[in-house]
Amino acid sequence: MTAFLTMWDADASLGGRAVLDGTDVLVEAGELVAVVGPNGAGKSSLIRAFAGLLPLSGGVVRLQGDDVTTLSLRARAARVAYLPQEGRIAWNLPAIEVAALGAPFLSGADAMSAARTALEEVEAGHLADRGVAEMSGGERARVLLARALTTGAQALLADEPTAGLDPEAQLMVMERLRARAAAGQAVLVSLHDLALAARFADRIVVLDAGRVVADAAPLAALTPEVMAGTFGLAARWIDGPDGPLLSSGRYSIGSPTGA
Amino acid sequence: MTRPSRLTLMLAGLIMVASIPGILLGETVFDMAQTSQAFVEPGSGPAEVLWQVRAPRVATALMVGVALGLSGAVMQGLLRNPLADPGVLGISASAALAAAAAIVLGAAAAPGAVEIAALVGAGLAGSLLILFSTRVRSPEALILFGVAVSSFAGAATALIFNLSPSPIATAEVMGWLLGSVQNRSWVDVAWVTPAVLVAGALAVLAAPGLRMLSLGEETAGTSGLPMARLRLLALAATALATGAAVAVAGVIGFVGLAAPHLVRSAVRGDPGRLLLPSALAGGLMLVVADLLARMTPTDQELKLGVFTALVGAPLFALIAWRAAREWRL
Repeated sequence: MTAFLTMWDADASLGGRAVLDGTDVLVEAGELVAVVGPNGAGKSSLIRAFAGLLPLSGGVVRLQGDDVTTLSLRARAARVAYLPQEGRIAWNLPAIEVAALGAPFLSGADAMSAARTALEEVEAGHLADRGVAEMSGGERARVLLARALTTGAQALLADEPTAGLDPEAQLMVMERLRARAAAGQAVLVSLHDLALAARFADRIVVLDAGRVVADAAPLAALTPEVMAGTFGLAARWIDGPDGPLLSSGRYSIGSPTGA
Repeated sequence: MTRPSRLTLMLAGLIMVASIPGILLGETVFDMAQTSQAFVEPGSGPAEVLWQVRAPRVATALMVGVALGLSGAVMQGLLRNPLADPGVLGISASAALAAAAAIVLGAAAAPGAVEIAALVGAGLAGSLLILFSTRVRSPEALILFGVAVSSFAGAATALIFNLSPSPIATAEVMGWLLGSVQNRSWVDVAWVTPAVLVAGALAVLAAPGLRMLSLGEETAGTSGLPMARLRLLALAATALATGAAVAVAGVIGFVGLAAPHLVRSAVRGDPGRLLLPSALAGGLMLVVADLLARMTPTDQELKLGVFTALVGAPLFALIAWRAAREWRL
C-alpha cells in the first residue's frame, strides 16, 4: 500500500538557502506525524511543499499516489487541507463564515452546517456568530482549525498550529488532530514543542537544514544524540503521568547542564 | 430579510430620494408653474433644463459613484487592505494622465477622444497591475507597485503642465483633474452605464475569490478555487469601472476609499457581499455630493472632485481612526 502523503528526494531552496535537501517523508492514512527541528530547518517548507505551495527543484510530492503538480487545484484541495502558521484574517467576519470558507464548493446551507459541526469539534460552537477581530488569539486559532476541518480533505497539514496558544488550547488542538488521525485521516503537523510532539505523534521526523536526521517513533527519533546534534540540547526523557517528559538544558561551554 | 439586503434596498431608496432634489434644484430656480411645465410640456425651457441638463447629470454622478464604490470594494478585498482603492493603485492617475495628454495634444475637439484616452490609460495601468500580480503574489508588493504607477502618472501629468505651451489647454486639463459631472449628457450616461454594469458582473464572478482571500494568499491558494483567474477578473472589473468613471467625470477621489467602509459592518466584513452595497453607497455619495456642490453659493461652481475631497478626507480620517482602534489583530 502506498502512503497517503509521500515526499521523495525533494530539493527546494529559498533565497539561495536549501530548505529541503533530498528529503523523504511518508505519512499513512490514520497516522499523525510531527515534524520538528530548529528554526530554519525547513519545517514550514516541508508542509508547504505537501500543500503544493513550494515548487521543488528536484524530487516529487505525491498525494494518494498522484504528483501534486499534476492535480487540479480542486482535486488537490479535496486531498489536503492546509492550516498555515500565519493566522491573520483580513476582515471582521463571524467565526461561522470563516469556518464555512473551508467548503467553497458546497451550497451555502451545507457549508454552514459543516462549519457549525467543525466549530463544535474545536469547542468553539459558542463563538459562531462572533467577529474574529473581537476574539483572543486562541479563539481565532480554533476558528481557523475549524476552517481546515470543514474542508473534509483526507489529509491535514498544519504548520505550527500550537504556536502562540496557551497550554490548554495547545492540548485541545493536538487532541483534535489526534482524533482526526484516529478517524483515518493522514495528519502532518510541524511543532516546536518537542514534548507535545512526543506525546501526540505516532512518528517524529527531525529536520535539520532540510535533511531528515531522524524518522521514527517519538522516543526513538529524539535520542540524546539527535537532541544534542540538531537542537543543541542536553536532554533525556523521563516518564510522566501523561507521557514522556523532556528534561533538557542548553549545552554550555564545557559541560552539558540540566540533563 | 437579511441585513445586507435590507441595506441594499435602503441605499437604493435613498438614491431615488436624493435624485429628486438633484433634478429639481439647480442654478436656475423654477417656480411651481415652471416645474409642472417641465413634466407636462416636453420641449419647454424648464423641461430641457430638468431632463436634458440635470437628469443626465444626476445619472452620471450616480454611475460614477457606483463605479468608484465598486472599484474600492474590489480593490480592498483583493489586497486585503482597507486603504486600497483605484486611486492608491494608480489606475485613476493613469487615466487622468492619458486624458491630459489627449487634451494637450489637441484631441479634445474630437468627440469622445478624451474619454477613450482615459479608458485606455486605466486599461494600461490595469494591465500593468495584472501583469505584475501574476508574477508577484504579495499584496503589499502590488500596493507598492501601484503607488509607483500613481506617482509616475502624477509626475508625467505635472510634466505636461510644465511643458504645455497653451494656457487654455492647461486650464482644460486642470478642469478635468478636479473632477466634475457638470454638463454631462445622456450620451455620456449611455456609454458609461454598460461599462459599469459589465464591471459589476465581473466583480460578482470574482466575489468567491475575494471572500477566500480574507484568509490570506496561501490559504486561498490551497482552497481549490481558481485564484489566478478570480484575481484577473477582479482587476479587470476595477480597471473597467475606474476607467469609465475617470473618462466621464475626471478624477474624483475618496469615494472608492470611503464607500466600502460605510457599509462593511452591515455585511459583517464579507468582501463578496460588500460589492453591491458599496457600489450603491458610492452612487448615493456622489449624487448627494454633486447636489451639495451645486447648491453651495460660490461664484465658480464647486468641482465635484474638490468637494468630495474636502468633505471626505476628514471623514475618512475619522473612519480610519475608529477602525484602527477596533482592529487590533
